Amino acid sequence: MITTTGLTKVYRSGGREITALDGVDLHVREGEVFGVIGQSGAGKSSLIRCVNLLERPTAGTVSVDGQDLTALVGRGARAGKELRRARSRIGMVFQHFNLLSTRTVQDNVELPLEILGVSGRERSRKALELLDLVGLGDKAKSYPAQLSGGQKQRVGIARALAGDPKVLLSDEATSALDPETTRSILQLLRDLNRRLGLTVLLITHEMDVVKSVCDSAALMERGRVVESGTVGELLATPGSELAAQLFPVGGEATGSDRTVLDVTFHGDAATQPVISQLSRTYNIDISILGAAIDTVGGLQVGRMRIELPGRYEDNVVPIGFLREQGLQIDTVGAPAQDSALVKDGAK
Amino acid sequence: MTWSEMQPLLSQACWDTLYMVGWSTAIAVAGGLPLGVLLVLTDRGGLLQNLVANKVTGQIVNVARSMPFIILMVALMSFTRWVTGTTIGREAAIVPLAIGAIPFFARLVETAIREVDGGLVEAVQSMGGTTWTVVRKVLVPEALPSLISSTTTTVVALIGYSAMAGTVGAGGLGDIAIRYGYQRFETQLMWITVAVLAVVISVIQFAGDWAARSLHRRGGRSGPAPRLRLLKPAAATGKTG
Repeated sequence: MITTTGLTKVYRSGGREITALDGVDLHVREGEVFGVIGQSGAGKSSLIRCVNLLERPTAGTVSVDGQDLTALVGRGARAGKELRRARSRIGMVFQHFNLLSTRTVQDNVELPLEILGVSGRERSRKALELLDLVGLGDKAKSYPAQLSGGQKQRVGIARALAGDPKVLLSDEATSALDPETTRSILQLLRDLNRRLGLTVLLITHEMDVVKSVCDSAALMERGRVVESGTVGELLATPGSELAAQLFPVGGEATGSDRTVLDVTFHGDAATQPVISQLSRTYNIDISILGAAIDTVGGLQVGRMRIELPGRYEDNVVPIGFLREQGLQIDTVGAPAQDSALVKDGAK
Repeated sequence: MTWSEMQPLLSQACWDTLYMVGWSTAIAVAGGLPLGVLLVLTDRGGLLQNLVANKVTGQIVNVARSMPFIILMVALMSFTRWVTGTTIGREAAIVPLAIGAIPFFARLVETAIREVDGGLVEAVQSMGGTTWTVVRKVLVPEALPSLISSTTTTVVALIGYSAMAGTVGAGGLGDIAIRYGYQRFETQLMWITVAVLAVVISVIQFAGDWAARSLHRRGGRSGPAPRLRLLKPAAATGKTG
Protein backbone atom coordinates (compact mmCIF):
# COMPACT_ATOMS: atom_id res chain seq x y z
CA MET A 1 0.00 0.00 0.00
CA ILE A 2 2.87 2.31 0.85
CA THR A 3 6.25 1.63 -0.69
CA THR A 4 9.34 3.76 -0.44
CA THR A 5 12.52 2.94 -2.29
CA GLY A 6 15.84 4.53 -1.55
CA LEU A 7 14.13 7.45 0.14
CA THR A 8 16.70 10.10 1.03
CA LYS A 9 16.24 13.49 2.57
CA VAL A 10 19.09 15.90 3.09
CA TYR A 11 18.60 19.24 4.81
CA ARG A 12 20.96 22.05 4.02
CA SER A 13 21.41 24.72 6.59
CA GLY A 14 24.19 27.25 6.57
CA GLY A 15 26.45 25.22 4.30
CA ARG A 16 26.11 22.09 6.42
CA GLU A 17 24.28 19.05 5.22
CA ILE A 18 22.18 16.94 7.55
CA THR A 19 21.00 13.59 6.27
CA ALA A 20 17.65 12.87 7.87
CA LEU A 21 16.80 9.88 5.70
CA ASP A 22 19.46 7.69 4.20
CA GLY A 23 18.03 5.33 1.59
CA VAL A 24 14.91 4.10 3.36
CA ASP A 25 13.10 1.13 1.83
CA LEU A 26 9.78 0.51 3.48
CA HIS A 27 6.87 -1.63 2.48
CA VAL A 28 3.52 -1.34 4.22
CA ARG A 29 0.96 -3.96 3.19
CA GLU A 30 -2.68 -3.12 2.64
CA GLY A 31 -4.79 -3.29 5.80
CA GLU A 32 -1.97 -3.53 8.32
CA VAL A 33 -0.89 -1.29 11.15
CA PHE A 34 2.78 -0.54 10.63
CA GLY A 35 4.81 1.10 13.35
CA VAL A 36 8.07 2.94 12.83
CA ILE A 37 9.95 3.34 16.06
CA GLY A 38 13.11 5.21 16.84
CA GLN A 39 14.57 7.86 19.08
CA SER A 40 14.05 11.51 18.35
CA GLY A 41 16.32 12.58 15.54
CA ALA A 42 16.24 9.13 13.94
CA GLY A 43 14.33 10.50 10.95
CA LYS A 44 10.85 9.21 11.73
CA SER A 45 9.18 12.58 11.26
CA SER A 46 10.95 13.20 7.98
CA LEU A 47 9.92 9.75 6.81
CA ILE A 48 6.21 10.21 7.50
CA ARG A 49 6.27 13.69 5.98
CA CYS A 50 7.91 12.34 2.87
CA VAL A 51 5.11 9.81 2.45
CA ASN A 52 2.57 12.53 1.67
CA LEU A 53 5.27 14.83 0.37
CA LEU A 54 4.87 17.53 2.98
CA GLU A 55 8.64 17.21 2.72
CA ARG A 56 10.12 16.78 -0.72
CA PRO A 57 12.50 13.84 -0.71
CA THR A 58 15.99 14.58 -2.02
CA ALA A 59 16.06 11.21 -3.79
CA GLY A 60 14.06 8.02 -3.98
CA THR A 61 10.42 7.30 -4.67
CA VAL A 62 7.23 7.06 -2.67
CA SER A 63 4.17 5.30 -3.94
CA VAL A 64 0.87 5.09 -2.13
CA ASP A 65 -1.94 2.86 -3.35
CA GLY A 66 -0.13 2.20 -6.60
CA GLN A 67 0.43 5.86 -7.40
CA ASP A 68 3.96 7.20 -7.61
CA LEU A 69 3.71 10.44 -5.65
CA THR A 70 7.28 11.51 -6.24
CA ALA A 71 6.47 11.67 -9.96
CA LEU A 72 3.93 14.39 -9.13
CA VAL A 73 6.54 16.72 -7.73
CA GLY A 74 6.82 19.46 -10.24
CA ARG A 75 6.43 23.16 -10.34
CA GLY A 76 3.59 22.85 -12.84
CA ALA A 77 0.06 23.70 -11.79
CA ARG A 78 -1.21 20.37 -13.11
CA ALA A 79 1.25 18.31 -11.08
CA GLY A 80 0.41 20.36 -7.98
CA LYS A 81 -3.25 19.61 -8.45
CA GLU A 82 -2.63 15.88 -8.80
CA LEU A 83 -0.46 15.90 -5.70
CA ARG A 84 -3.10 17.73 -3.68
CA ARG A 85 -5.73 15.25 -4.84
CA ALA A 86 -3.49 12.36 -3.79
CA ARG A 87 -2.87 14.00 -0.41
CA SER A 88 -6.59 14.35 0.22
CA ARG A 89 -6.79 10.55 0.03
CA ILE A 90 -4.15 10.17 2.74
CA GLY A 91 -5.36 11.05 6.22
CA MET A 92 -2.92 12.42 8.75
CA VAL A 93 -3.10 12.87 12.50
CA PHE A 94 -0.61 14.91 14.49
CA GLN A 95 1.02 14.87 17.89
CA HIS A 96 -0.36 18.28 18.78
CA PHE A 97 -3.71 17.67 17.08
CA ASN A 98 -3.46 20.81 14.93
CA LEU A 99 -7.11 21.77 15.24
CA LEU A 100 -8.23 25.27 14.31
CA SER A 101 -9.06 27.02 17.56
CA THR A 102 -11.53 29.40 15.93
CA ARG A 103 -13.70 26.62 14.52
CA THR A 104 -16.09 24.30 16.30
CA VAL A 105 -15.37 20.58 16.40
CA GLN A 106 -17.81 19.99 13.56
CA ASP A 107 -16.33 22.79 11.44
CA ASN A 108 -12.87 21.35 12.00
CA VAL A 109 -14.00 17.99 10.66
CA GLU A 110 -15.69 19.75 7.74
CA LEU A 111 -12.49 21.55 6.73
CA PRO A 112 -11.07 18.81 4.48
CA LEU A 113 -14.50 18.46 2.89
CA GLU A 114 -14.56 22.20 2.17
CA ILE A 115 -11.21 21.79 0.47
CA LEU A 116 -12.63 18.91 -1.57
CA GLY A 117 -15.56 21.13 -2.56
CA VAL A 118 -18.29 19.05 -0.93
CA SER A 119 -21.65 20.85 -0.59
CA GLY A 120 -22.75 22.27 2.78
CA ARG A 121 -25.45 19.77 3.71
CA GLU A 122 -23.34 16.76 2.69
CA ARG A 123 -20.43 18.18 4.67
CA SER A 124 -22.35 18.44 7.91
CA ARG A 125 -23.90 14.97 7.43
CA LYS A 126 -20.48 13.43 6.91
CA ALA A 127 -18.90 15.35 9.78
CA LEU A 128 -21.57 14.26 12.26
CA GLU A 129 -21.29 10.67 11.08
CA LEU A 130 -17.52 10.73 11.63
CA LEU A 131 -17.87 12.33 15.05
CA ASP A 132 -20.24 9.51 16.00
CA LEU A 133 -17.68 7.02 14.75
CA VAL A 134 -14.99 8.40 17.06
CA GLY A 135 -17.45 8.71 19.95
CA LEU A 136 -17.81 12.49 20.03
CA GLY A 137 -21.31 12.90 18.58
CA ASP A 138 -22.29 15.20 21.45
CA LYS A 139 -19.35 17.60 21.08
CA ALA A 140 -20.06 18.87 17.56
CA LYS A 141 -20.68 22.45 18.70
CA SER A 142 -17.82 22.65 21.20
CA TYR A 143 -14.57 24.45 20.53
CA PRO A 144 -11.28 22.53 20.71
CA ALA A 145 -10.21 24.47 23.82
CA GLN A 146 -13.13 22.93 25.69
CA LEU A 147 -11.96 19.37 25.00
CA SER A 148 -9.46 17.11 26.73
CA GLY A 149 -6.34 15.90 24.90
CA GLY A 150 -7.87 12.54 24.06
CA GLN A 151 -11.02 14.18 22.72
CA LYS A 152 -8.96 16.56 20.60
CA GLN A 153 -7.11 13.64 19.08
CA ARG A 154 -10.43 11.95 18.33
CA VAL A 155 -11.47 15.08 16.46
CA GLY A 156 -8.11 14.93 14.66
CA ILE A 157 -8.81 11.35 13.66
CA ALA A 158 -12.36 12.15 12.51
CA ARG A 159 -10.94 14.99 10.43
CA ALA A 160 -8.31 12.72 8.92
CA LEU A 161 -11.03 10.29 7.86
CA ALA A 162 -13.20 12.92 6.19
CA GLY A 163 -11.77 12.37 2.74
CA ASP A 164 -12.41 8.58 2.92
CA PRO A 165 -8.69 7.79 2.90
CA LYS A 166 -7.30 4.31 2.45
CA VAL A 167 -4.17 5.26 4.33
CA LEU A 168 -3.82 6.99 7.66
CA LEU A 169 -0.51 8.51 8.74
CA SER A 170 -0.09 9.01 12.45
CA ASP A 171 2.69 11.33 13.56
CA GLU A 172 3.27 10.56 17.26
CA ALA A 173 -0.49 10.76 17.72
CA THR A 174 -0.38 9.56 21.32
CA SER A 175 2.85 11.14 22.51
CA ALA A 176 1.12 14.10 24.12
CA LEU A 177 -1.43 11.93 25.93
CA ASP A 178 -1.46 10.14 29.27
CA PRO A 179 -1.15 6.32 29.30
CA GLU A 180 -4.86 5.62 29.67
CA THR A 181 -5.88 8.01 26.92
CA THR A 182 -3.09 6.58 24.78
CA ARG A 183 -4.66 3.14 25.12
CA SER A 184 -8.10 4.38 24.14
CA ILE A 185 -6.76 6.23 21.10
CA LEU A 186 -4.75 3.18 20.01
CA GLN A 187 -7.86 1.06 20.46
CA LEU A 188 -9.74 3.47 18.22
CA LEU A 189 -7.02 3.27 15.56
CA ARG A 190 -7.11 -0.52 15.74
CA ASP A 191 -10.92 -0.48 15.42
CA LEU A 192 -10.80 1.78 12.40
CA ASN A 193 -8.11 -0.39 10.88
CA ARG A 194 -10.37 -3.44 11.19
CA ARG A 195 -13.73 -1.87 10.38
CA LEU A 196 -12.68 0.33 7.49
CA GLY A 197 -9.78 -1.76 6.25
CA LEU A 198 -7.62 1.30 6.82
CA THR A 199 -3.87 0.94 6.36
CA VAL A 200 -2.12 2.77 9.20
CA LEU A 201 1.47 3.96 9.22
CA LEU A 202 2.38 5.31 12.60
CA ILE A 203 5.57 6.67 14.01
CA THR A 204 6.30 6.68 17.68
CA HIS A 205 9.08 6.58 20.21
CA GLU A 206 7.05 4.41 22.59
CA MET A 207 7.58 0.67 22.37
CA ASP A 208 4.21 0.06 24.03
CA VAL A 209 2.43 1.64 21.08
CA VAL A 210 4.06 -0.79 18.67
CA LYS A 211 3.37 -3.67 21.02
CA SER A 212 -0.31 -2.95 21.45
CA VAL A 213 -1.45 -2.14 17.91
CA CYS A 214 1.14 -2.92 15.29
CA ASP A 215 1.14 -5.90 12.94
CA SER A 216 4.55 -4.93 11.64
CA ALA A 217 7.29 -2.66 12.82
CA ALA A 218 10.50 -1.04 11.69
CA LEU A 219 13.31 0.31 13.80
CA MET A 220 15.00 3.49 12.63
CA GLU A 221 18.44 4.70 13.60
CA ARG A 222 20.27 7.66 12.13
CA GLY A 223 18.05 7.89 9.08
CA ARG A 224 18.16 4.20 8.23
CA VAL A 225 15.72 1.37 8.74
CA VAL A 226 17.76 -1.09 10.79
CA GLU A 227 15.15 -3.82 11.14
CA SER A 228 11.70 -4.35 9.79
CA GLY A 229 9.10 -7.07 9.51
CA THR A 230 5.98 -8.45 11.14
CA VAL A 231 6.13 -8.83 14.90
CA GLY A 232 6.46 -12.63 14.41
CA GLU A 233 9.28 -12.26 11.90
CA LEU A 234 11.16 -9.92 14.18
CA LEU A 235 10.87 -12.35 17.07
CA ALA A 236 12.13 -15.16 14.83
CA THR A 237 15.21 -13.14 13.98
CA PRO A 238 18.03 -14.07 16.36
CA GLY A 239 19.56 -11.02 17.94
CA SER A 240 16.78 -8.71 16.79
CA GLU A 241 17.11 -5.52 18.75
CA LEU A 242 13.49 -4.63 18.15
CA ALA A 243 12.26 -8.02 19.42
CA ALA A 244 14.43 -7.61 22.49
CA GLN A 245 12.93 -4.20 23.13
CA LEU A 246 9.39 -5.35 22.41
CA PHE A 247 9.70 -8.33 24.72
CA PRO A 248 12.38 -7.52 27.26
CA VAL A 249 13.35 -10.32 29.62
CA GLY A 250 15.79 -10.08 32.47
CA GLY A 251 17.12 -12.31 35.20
CA GLU A 252 20.46 -13.80 36.17
CA ALA A 253 21.42 -17.42 36.86
CA THR A 254 20.90 -18.29 40.52
CA GLY A 255 24.00 -20.51 40.71
CA SER A 256 27.09 -21.56 38.76
CA ASP A 257 25.83 -24.96 37.57
CA ARG A 258 22.66 -23.66 36.01
CA THR A 259 21.66 -23.23 32.39
CA VAL A 260 19.77 -20.09 31.44
CA LEU A 261 17.76 -20.16 28.23
CA ASP A 262 15.76 -17.55 26.34
CA VAL A 263 12.74 -19.19 24.79
CA THR A 264 11.04 -17.27 21.99
CA PHE A 265 7.43 -18.06 21.24
CA HIS A 266 5.91 -17.27 17.91
CA GLY A 267 3.58 -19.03 15.56
CA ASP A 268 1.85 -22.34 16.27
CA ALA A 269 4.34 -23.66 18.81
CA ALA A 270 3.20 -20.99 21.19
CA THR A 271 -0.17 -22.68 21.64
CA GLN A 272 1.43 -25.77 23.28
CA PRO A 273 2.09 -25.73 27.04
CA VAL A 274 5.75 -26.61 26.37
CA ILE A 275 7.23 -25.65 29.69
CA SER A 276 5.07 -28.01 31.71
CA GLN A 277 5.54 -30.73 29.07
CA LEU A 278 9.30 -30.32 29.40
CA SER A 279 9.10 -30.51 33.16
CA ARG A 280 6.96 -33.69 33.12
CA THR A 281 8.83 -35.48 30.32
CA TYR A 282 12.32 -35.06 31.79
CA ASN A 283 11.31 -34.70 35.41
CA ILE A 284 13.29 -31.49 35.91
CA ASP A 285 12.51 -28.36 37.89
CA ILE A 286 12.27 -25.25 35.82
CA SER A 287 12.45 -21.72 37.21
CA ILE A 288 11.07 -18.85 35.23
CA LEU A 289 13.40 -15.85 35.60
CA GLY A 290 11.48 -13.43 33.46
CA ALA A 291 8.86 -13.37 30.77
CA ALA A 292 7.25 -10.99 28.31
CA ILE A 293 4.33 -12.67 26.63
CA ASP A 294 1.43 -11.13 24.76
CA THR A 295 -1.47 -12.58 22.90
CA VAL A 296 -1.50 -11.10 19.44
CA GLY A 297 -4.27 -12.22 17.14
CA GLY A 298 -5.02 -15.31 19.29
CA LEU A 299 -1.40 -16.48 19.26
CA GLN A 300 0.99 -16.23 22.11
CA VAL A 301 3.97 -14.15 21.17
CA GLY A 302 6.88 -13.27 23.30
CA ARG A 303 9.92 -14.44 25.14
CA MET A 304 10.63 -16.21 28.39
CA ARG A 305 13.87 -16.66 30.30
CA ILE A 306 14.03 -19.98 32.11
CA GLU A 307 16.62 -21.71 34.23
CA LEU A 308 17.37 -25.44 34.18
CA PRO A 309 19.45 -27.24 36.82
CA GLY A 310 22.84 -28.45 35.60
CA ARG A 311 25.34 -27.21 33.07
CA TYR A 312 24.70 -26.78 29.36
CA GLU A 313 26.21 -30.20 28.62
CA ASP A 314 23.71 -31.80 31.00
CA ASN A 315 20.76 -30.15 29.28
CA VAL A 316 21.38 -30.96 25.65
CA VAL A 317 18.42 -33.33 25.54
CA PRO A 318 15.79 -31.00 27.08
CA ILE A 319 17.03 -28.17 24.82
CA GLY A 320 16.67 -30.50 21.86
CA PHE A 321 13.11 -31.22 22.98
CA LEU A 322 12.27 -27.51 23.06
CA ARG A 323 13.75 -27.02 19.59
CA GLU A 324 11.65 -29.90 18.32
CA GLN A 325 8.57 -28.02 19.49
CA GLY A 326 9.52 -25.30 17.04
CA LEU A 327 10.73 -22.84 19.64
CA GLN A 328 13.73 -20.67 19.25
CA ILE A 329 16.23 -21.21 22.04
CA ASP A 330 19.15 -18.99 22.89
CA THR A 331 21.45 -19.78 25.77
CA VAL A 332 22.30 -16.85 27.97
CA GLY A 333 25.76 -16.29 29.40
CA ALA A 334 27.18 -19.43 27.77
CA PRO A 335 30.82 -19.51 26.70
CA ALA A 336 31.50 -18.24 23.21
CA GLN A 337 32.06 -21.59 21.50
CA ASP A 338 28.85 -22.87 23.09
CA SER A 339 26.72 -20.09 21.71
CA ALA A 340 28.34 -20.66 18.33
CA LEU A 341 27.34 -24.32 18.62
CA VAL A 342 23.83 -23.30 19.61
CA LYS A 343 23.48 -21.12 16.56
CA ASP A 344 24.72 -23.93 14.35
CA GLY A 345 22.20 -26.18 16.02
CA ALA A 346 19.42 -23.72 15.33
CA LYS A 347 20.22 -23.80 11.66
CA MET B 1 -14.88 82.13 22.69
CA THR B 2 -18.26 80.93 23.77
CA TRP B 3 -19.42 77.36 23.65
CA SER B 4 -21.90 78.20 20.84
CA GLU B 5 -18.91 79.40 18.78
CA MET B 6 -16.76 76.45 19.65
CA GLN B 7 -19.34 73.73 19.22
CA PRO B 8 -19.69 73.79 15.39
CA LEU B 9 -15.90 74.07 15.04
CA LEU B 10 -15.37 71.05 17.24
CA SER B 11 -18.01 68.87 15.68
CA GLN B 12 -16.74 69.67 12.18
CA ALA B 13 -13.17 68.89 13.30
CA CYS B 14 -14.22 65.69 14.94
CA TRP B 15 -16.00 64.57 11.81
CA ASP B 16 -12.99 65.52 9.64
CA THR B 17 -10.67 63.49 11.83
CA LEU B 18 -12.91 60.44 11.76
CA TYR B 19 -13.37 60.79 8.00
CA MET B 20 -9.62 60.90 7.33
CA VAL B 21 -8.80 58.16 9.82
CA GLY B 22 -11.67 55.95 8.68
CA TRP B 23 -10.71 56.00 5.02
CA SER B 24 -7.01 55.71 5.59
CA THR B 25 -7.55 52.78 7.96
CA ALA B 26 -9.70 51.03 5.37
CA ILE B 27 -7.00 51.51 2.73
CA ALA B 28 -4.22 50.55 5.15
CA VAL B 29 -6.00 47.30 6.03
CA ALA B 30 -6.74 46.52 2.39
CA GLY B 31 -3.10 47.10 1.46
CA GLY B 32 -1.31 46.05 4.63
CA LEU B 33 -3.06 42.73 5.17
CA PRO B 34 -1.94 41.14 1.90
CA LEU B 35 1.48 42.75 2.25
CA GLY B 36 1.93 41.36 5.75
CA VAL B 37 0.78 37.90 4.66
CA LEU B 38 3.20 38.00 1.72
CA LEU B 39 6.05 38.99 4.05
CA VAL B 40 5.42 35.78 5.99
CA LEU B 41 4.84 33.51 2.99
CA THR B 42 7.94 34.64 1.11
CA ASP B 43 10.23 34.35 4.12
CA ARG B 44 12.63 31.43 4.64
CA GLY B 45 10.62 28.25 5.08
CA GLY B 46 7.44 29.98 3.89
CA LEU B 47 4.98 28.48 1.45
CA LEU B 48 6.04 30.90 -1.30
CA GLN B 49 9.66 31.23 -0.22
CA ASN B 50 11.32 33.96 -2.25
CA LEU B 51 14.11 35.54 -0.27
CA VAL B 52 14.88 38.29 -2.77
CA ALA B 53 11.29 39.49 -2.89
CA ASN B 54 11.09 39.17 0.88
CA LYS B 55 14.23 41.25 1.49
CA VAL B 56 13.22 43.96 -0.97
CA THR B 57 9.68 44.24 0.39
CA GLY B 58 10.92 44.14 3.95
CA GLN B 59 13.37 46.95 3.26
CA ILE B 60 10.73 49.13 1.60
CA VAL B 61 8.39 48.56 4.52
CA ASN B 62 11.11 49.42 7.03
CA VAL B 63 12.07 52.66 5.30
CA ALA B 64 8.46 53.76 4.79
CA ARG B 65 7.61 52.95 8.37
CA SER B 66 10.45 54.89 9.92
CA MET B 67 9.91 57.96 7.73
CA PRO B 68 8.63 60.91 9.83
CA PHE B 69 5.05 61.42 8.72
CA ILE B 70 5.34 65.13 8.07
CA ILE B 71 8.19 64.45 5.63
CA LEU B 72 6.29 61.61 3.98
CA MET B 73 3.35 63.94 3.51
CA VAL B 74 5.45 66.60 1.80
CA ALA B 75 7.38 64.03 -0.24
CA LEU B 76 4.18 62.47 -1.54
CA MET B 77 2.62 65.75 -2.66
CA SER B 78 2.98 65.17 -6.36
CA PHE B 79 1.59 61.65 -6.01
CA THR B 80 -1.30 63.02 -3.94
CA ARG B 81 -2.07 65.59 -6.62
CA TRP B 82 -2.04 62.83 -9.24
CA VAL B 83 -4.50 60.74 -7.23
CA THR B 84 -6.92 63.34 -5.85
CA GLY B 85 -6.25 66.35 -8.07
CA THR B 86 -5.27 68.50 -5.09
CA THR B 87 -2.80 68.66 -2.23
CA ILE B 88 -5.08 70.49 0.18
CA GLY B 89 -8.01 69.24 2.22
CA ARG B 90 -9.34 66.05 3.75
CA GLU B 91 -9.13 63.88 0.64
CA ALA B 92 -5.58 64.98 -0.01
CA ALA B 93 -4.59 64.04 3.55
CA ILE B 94 -6.00 60.55 3.20
CA VAL B 95 -3.35 59.62 0.59
CA PRO B 96 -0.22 60.12 2.75
CA LEU B 97 -2.05 58.83 5.83
CA ALA B 98 -2.93 55.58 4.08
CA ILE B 99 0.50 55.20 2.53
CA GLY B 100 2.15 55.84 5.87
CA ALA B 101 -0.12 53.32 7.59
CA ILE B 102 0.19 50.45 5.08
CA PRO B 103 3.74 49.43 6.09
CA PHE B 104 2.93 50.06 9.74
CA PHE B 105 -0.07 47.74 9.58
CA ALA B 106 1.80 45.23 7.39
CA ARG B 107 4.45 44.72 10.09
CA LEU B 108 1.75 44.19 12.71
CA VAL B 109 0.00 41.68 10.40
CA GLU B 110 3.30 39.89 9.86
CA THR B 111 3.80 39.48 13.61
CA ALA B 112 0.22 38.29 14.10
CA ILE B 113 0.42 35.75 11.25
CA ARG B 114 3.75 34.42 12.46
CA GLU B 115 2.13 33.51 15.76
CA VAL B 116 -0.17 31.02 14.01
CA ASP B 117 1.00 27.48 14.72
CA GLY B 118 2.85 26.02 11.75
CA GLY B 119 1.25 22.66 12.49
CA LEU B 120 -2.09 24.04 11.32
CA VAL B 121 -0.58 24.97 7.98
CA GLU B 122 0.83 21.48 7.69
CA ALA B 123 -2.55 19.97 8.54
CA VAL B 124 -4.29 21.89 5.78
CA GLN B 125 -1.56 20.95 3.31
CA SER B 126 -1.98 17.31 4.26
CA MET B 127 -5.67 17.64 3.36
CA GLY B 128 -4.70 18.81 -0.09
CA GLY B 129 -5.21 22.54 0.53
CA THR B 130 -3.56 25.17 -1.65
CA THR B 131 -1.57 28.10 -0.34
CA TRP B 132 -4.65 30.27 -0.85
CA THR B 133 -6.69 27.82 1.24
CA VAL B 134 -4.05 28.05 3.97
CA VAL B 135 -4.26 31.86 3.97
CA ARG B 136 -8.06 31.96 3.88
CA LYS B 137 -8.94 29.11 6.24
CA VAL B 138 -6.02 29.13 8.66
CA LEU B 139 -3.71 32.13 8.76
CA VAL B 140 -6.26 34.95 8.71
CA PRO B 141 -9.02 33.34 10.85
CA GLU B 142 -6.59 32.04 13.45
CA ALA B 143 -4.81 35.39 13.69
CA LEU B 144 -8.05 37.39 13.71
CA PRO B 145 -7.99 38.49 17.38
CA SER B 146 -4.41 39.76 16.91
CA LEU B 147 -5.35 41.36 13.61
CA ILE B 148 -8.15 43.28 15.30
CA SER B 149 -5.77 44.51 18.00
CA SER B 150 -3.37 45.54 15.23
CA THR B 151 -6.14 47.49 13.52
CA THR B 152 -6.91 49.30 16.77
CA THR B 153 -3.25 50.23 17.17
CA THR B 154 -3.21 51.47 13.58
CA VAL B 155 -6.32 53.62 14.08
CA VAL B 156 -4.85 55.23 17.18
CA ALA B 157 -1.56 55.89 15.37
CA LEU B 158 -3.48 57.38 12.44
CA ILE B 159 -5.31 59.78 14.76
CA GLY B 160 -1.88 60.97 15.82
CA TYR B 161 -0.70 61.34 12.22
CA SER B 162 -3.93 63.11 11.22
CA ALA B 163 -3.12 65.96 13.59
CA MET B 164 -0.20 66.76 11.31
CA ALA B 165 -2.49 66.64 8.32
CA GLY B 166 -3.90 69.88 9.65
CA THR B 167 -0.81 71.56 8.27
CA VAL B 168 -2.01 70.92 4.72
CA GLY B 169 -5.40 72.39 5.52
CA ALA B 170 -7.11 69.07 6.07
CA GLY B 171 -8.94 70.17 9.17
CA GLY B 172 -9.51 67.84 12.06
CA LEU B 173 -8.92 68.07 15.77
CA GLY B 174 -5.17 68.56 15.52
CA ASP B 175 -5.73 71.49 13.19
CA ILE B 176 -8.10 73.13 15.72
CA ALA B 177 -5.62 72.69 18.53
CA ILE B 178 -2.83 74.32 16.52
CA ARG B 179 -4.77 77.12 14.86
CA TYR B 180 -6.89 78.15 17.83
CA GLY B 181 -5.03 76.87 20.83
CA TYR B 182 -1.42 77.63 19.73
CA GLN B 183 -1.73 80.48 17.27
CA ARG B 184 -4.68 82.36 18.84
CA PHE B 185 -4.12 81.52 22.50
CA GLU B 186 -7.60 80.04 22.87
CA THR B 187 -6.40 77.82 25.73
CA GLN B 188 -9.88 76.74 26.66
CA LEU B 189 -10.64 75.44 23.17
CA MET B 190 -7.30 73.63 23.12
CA TRP B 191 -8.08 71.79 26.34
CA ILE B 192 -11.50 70.82 25.07
CA THR B 193 -9.85 69.48 21.92
CA VAL B 194 -7.44 67.45 24.01
CA ALA B 195 -10.37 66.08 26.01
CA VAL B 196 -12.30 65.16 22.86
CA LEU B 197 -9.21 63.41 21.44
CA ALA B 198 -8.77 61.49 24.67
CA VAL B 199 -12.39 60.37 24.58
CA VAL B 200 -12.23 59.34 20.91
CA ILE B 201 -9.03 57.34 21.44
CA SER B 202 -10.40 55.66 24.56
CA VAL B 203 -13.61 54.65 22.83
CA ILE B 204 -11.70 53.19 19.87
CA GLN B 205 -9.25 51.35 22.10
CA PHE B 206 -12.06 49.97 24.23
CA ALA B 207 -14.10 48.81 21.23
CA GLY B 208 -11.05 47.16 19.66
CA ASP B 209 -10.05 45.38 22.85
CA TRP B 210 -13.59 44.20 23.39
CA ALA B 211 -13.84 42.80 19.84
CA ALA B 212 -10.48 41.02 20.10
CA ARG B 213 -11.31 39.60 23.50
CA SER B 214 -14.74 38.32 22.52
CA LEU B 215 -13.17 36.53 19.54
CA HIS B 216 -10.55 35.04 21.81
CA ARG B 217 -13.23 33.79 24.14
CA ARG B 218 -15.30 32.25 21.36
CA GLY B 219 -12.29 30.76 19.65
CA GLY B 220 -11.08 29.47 22.94
CA ARG B 221 -7.46 30.40 22.64
CA SER B 222 -8.36 30.61 26.29
CA GLY B 223 -6.33 27.40 26.43
CA PRO B 224 -2.91 28.90 27.22
CA ALA B 225 -4.16 31.23 29.95
CA PRO B 226 -5.12 28.68 32.64
CA ARG B 227 -2.10 26.57 31.71
CA LEU B 228 0.16 29.50 32.58
CA ARG B 229 -1.55 29.85 35.92
CA LEU B 230 -0.89 26.18 36.58
CA LEU B 231 2.76 26.58 35.70
CA LYS B 232 3.48 29.43 38.08
CA PRO B 233 3.46 27.55 41.40
CA ALA B 234 5.62 24.85 39.85
CA ALA B 235 8.17 27.44 38.75
CA ALA B 236 8.13 28.95 42.22
CA THR B 237 8.81 25.63 43.92
CA GLY B 238 11.54 25.01 41.37
CA LYS B 239 13.33 28.13 42.57
CA THR B 240 13.15 27.28 46.23
CA GLY B 241 14.21 23.72 45.60
